[in-house]
Amino acid sequence: MAHFTKATSIKDWLNQRLAIEKVEKVMMSEYWIPKNINFLWAMGMVLVITFALLLVSGIFLLMYYQPNVNTAFDSVNYTIMREVDFGWLWRHVHGVAASVVFLIIYIHMFTGIYYGSYKKGREMIWISGMLLFVAFSAEAFSGYMLPWGQMSYWAGMVITNLFAGGSLHADGLVEWIRGDYVPAQAFLTRFFMLHVLLIPVAIMGLIGLHFGALRIPHVNNQDGEDIDFDVEADKYLKGDKAGSKVIRFANDFMAKDMMVVAFYLVFFFYLVFYHYGFAMDAVNFDPADGLKTPAHIYPEWYFLWSYEILRPFSTDIGLMAFAFAQVIFIMLPFLDRSPNTVPASRRGLFKYWFWAMLVDMIVLTAMGKLPPEGIFSTIGLVAALTFIGLWILLPIITMMEKKA
Amino acid sequence: MKNKEPLILVVVIIFTLVTYYLVEPFAHSQMHKHVESEHFAYADLPAPTKTGDVARGQELVLGAAACTGCHGIEAAGMPAPMDAVTAAASYGVNPPDLSNAGLVYDAKFLTDLIKNPAHALMVEHKFDINKGQMHPMVPFYGAGGDMDQEVADMVAYLVSIAPKAEDLTPAMAFETACGRCHAVHYEKWTQIGSKPMFKKKQDELAFDTQVLDYQDSLKAYMGKLPPDLSMYIRSRGEHFISTFVENPQNYLAGTAMPRVGVTAESAEKVIEYLEDSGDTKRHERESIGVNVMLYMLIFVIFAILWKKQVWRDLH
Repeated sequence: MAHFTKATSIKDWLNQRLAIEKVEKVMMSEYWIPKNINFLWAMGMVLVITFALLLVSGIFLLMYYQPNVNTAFDSVNYTIMREVDFGWLWRHVHGVAASVVFLIIYIHMFTGIYYGSYKKGREMIWISGMLLFVAFSAEAFSGYMLPWGQMSYWAGMVITNLFAGGSLHADGLVEWIRGDYVPAQAFLTRFFMLHVLLIPVAIMGLIGLHFGALRIPHVNNQDGEDIDFDVEADKYLKGDKAGSKVIRFANDFMAKDMMVVAFYLVFFFYLVFYHYGFAMDAVNFDPADGLKTPAHIYPEWYFLWSYEILRPFSTDIGLMAFAFAQVIFIMLPFLDRSPNTVPASRRGLFKYWFWAMLVDMIVLTAMGKLPPEGIFSTIGLVAALTFIGLWILLPIITMMEKKA
Repeated sequence: MKNKEPLILVVVIIFTLVTYYLVEPFAHSQMHKHVESEHFAYADLPAPTKTGDVARGQELVLGAAACTGCHGIEAAGMPAPMDAVTAAASYGVNPPDLSNAGLVYDAKFLTDLIKNPAHALMVEHKFDINKGQMHPMVPFYGAGGDMDQEVADMVAYLVSIAPKAEDLTPAMAFETACGRCHAVHYEKWTQIGSKPMFKKKQDELAFDTQVLDYQDSLKAYMGKLPPDLSMYIRSRGEHFISTFVENPQNYLAGTAMPRVGVTAESAEKVIEYLEDSGDTKRHERESIGVNVMLYMLIFVIFAILWKKQVWRDLH
C-alpha cells in the first residue's frame, strides 16, 4: 500500500490520491504539440465543442421527446417547439450541430489526407477516426428517425432496405432490423435506444481511443518535418520557448484552439438563429405517412456522396459500389504505398489525386441530391466511376512516388 | 516561412460554399417548380363594371338571390340554416357564414363566384354542367333586372357588413378562407370550429364524433381529407403557401382544392396564422439571436487576446 502523509493542502491531499500534478503534466502542460501547425489543427477541438453542444442539447430534448409513433412528431413540433421554454433553441442547436459536425469531420479528414497524417505510426489515429465517422453516421441516421416525419419514415424505409442485399433477397434480415415489415413502433423505439444510448457510448469510447492513438506518434505538422519531441521539449522547458519546435498542449495550443473555436461559434450560432433551413429539411415537417411517398427522397447532405455511388448502377453493382465506398477510406494508410509523410503539394501525382478526390466527392454530393435524370445521371455515373478509379490508382501512383 | 493560413481559409470557405450552393439552392431549384406570385390580382377575372348599391344588395342577398337558404350571416342576425355537420352531409362542405366575406375575399372574385362558382373557384374540371356535375353552390341566374348590376349590389352589401380592414385578425382570415376544410390541431382548430375544453369526457367524445362525421362528408366531397396545416409554414414555407392559395392549379393541375379568392391582405393574415401555429417562437428566436451573436463576438475578442498573450513568448 502506498504511503500517505497528512495533507498540507487540498491540492496535496488530491495529489497523494490522484496524482493530479502528474496527470496535469501528462495531459496538458507536457503534452507536446508541434508549433508549425495552422488553424486546421484546431478542428479536433472544434469537433469536441460541437459534440458537447450535441450532447447537452440532446439531454434537454430527451426530457420531452416521446418515442411513440403516435406522439413522436407532436412531442417534437408541438411540445418542444411551442410549449417548452427554449425548446426550439435546443432543437435548432441539435439539428444544426448534427449537420455542421459533418462539415468539420470532412475538413478534419481531408486535412489528414492532405498532410499525410495517417502514415508512419499514425495509422491508428486514422482508423479510430474513420470508426468515429461510422459511429457519427449511425448516430445521425438514428437521430433523423426520431421526429417521425415523412423523411424519417422514408429514409428509414430506403436505408434499411439496403440490407436486403439486392439479389440476395435477405428480406428476413430487413425485417429483423426493423422489428416489423415496415418502419413502425418497434423500429422507432430501437433507433431511439441506439441514438440516445448505444451509439453515444460507442462514440465516447472511440473519442478516447482517437485521443490515445495520438500520444505515441504525436500530432503531425504542416511541413512534414520529423521532430524529435524529447529534444525540443527539453529546449522549451529550459526557457527557449521561441526556439523550440514544440508547444504545450495547454495553454499554448489550447489558446489557439479556443480562438478558432470562438470564430467557429459565431458561424455556428449564425446558422442556428438565421440560417437553419439547410439542416432541418422541410419535408420532415410533414408527419410520417406510409401511404404517401415524398416526390424526392434524399439523405442529408453528408451522406449524399455515398448515396450517389449507390444510385447510378443496377441494384447489385450499386450495392457493391456502395459497400466499397463505405470501407475504402479506412484502408487509406495501407493503400498509400509512399513512405513520404509530407503535404500533398510535395508528393508528385498524389497532389492531383487529392484535389481530384475532393472535387469528385463534391460532384457526387451534388448529384446525390439532384433528381437522377438526364445529364445529372450521367455526371453521377462518371463521378462514381471516377471515385472507384481513383482508389484503384492510389497504390500505383504512390508506389511510383519518389522519396521526398 | 510565409503564413499560409489566409489561403487555406479561402480554400476551405470556397469548397464549403460551392457544396452548399449545389445541394441547397441549386438542387431545390431543380426539384421544385417555381411559381411567381401573381399578387392576388386575379387577372383572369373581369373587373366589375357597375357600382353596387348596398340597400338593393341587402334585399337581394336576404331575398331574391336566396343566399341565406344555405349561408348564415351572423353580422345581419341570420344564423346558419343548418349545423356544420348536417350542412357538410348535404353539400360536402359547410357553406361559409358571409359576415366576413366582403373583407376576406377579393371583390372581383366574389363577383365571378356569384355568377359561376366553379369558374371562380377553378374547379370546372370537377364540376362540368354538361356532364351533369353541379357545383353545390347554385349560380345566381339574375333577379329580373340587369344581372351585372344585381351582382355588384350584392357584393357592395357584403362589403358593407364586413368588419373594417384593420379589424381583420389572422384567425378570422384563416377560419373564413381555409378552416372549413383544413384542421390546425396545434391551434385546436377543427373543420367545425375551435375545440373547446370539456369537463365531461362524454361531451368531448360527442364533439370528436361530430368532427369525424364532418370529415367523412368532406373526404367524399374532396376525394381525400384535406391536410392538417399545423406545421405547413415549416414544411411548405411562406412562398409556396401564398402562391398555392392564389392558384392551386399552378402546382397541382386537377387538384380538388379550389382557388379561395382571398385578397393579398387576407393571405398575409392566413400566413401569420400559420406562423403562429408552426413557427410560434420566431420573434423570440430573432431577439435571442441578436444577443447570442453579440455575446459570441465578445468571446472572439477575448479569445484573440488570450491567444496573443500566450503566444507572445512562443514566436
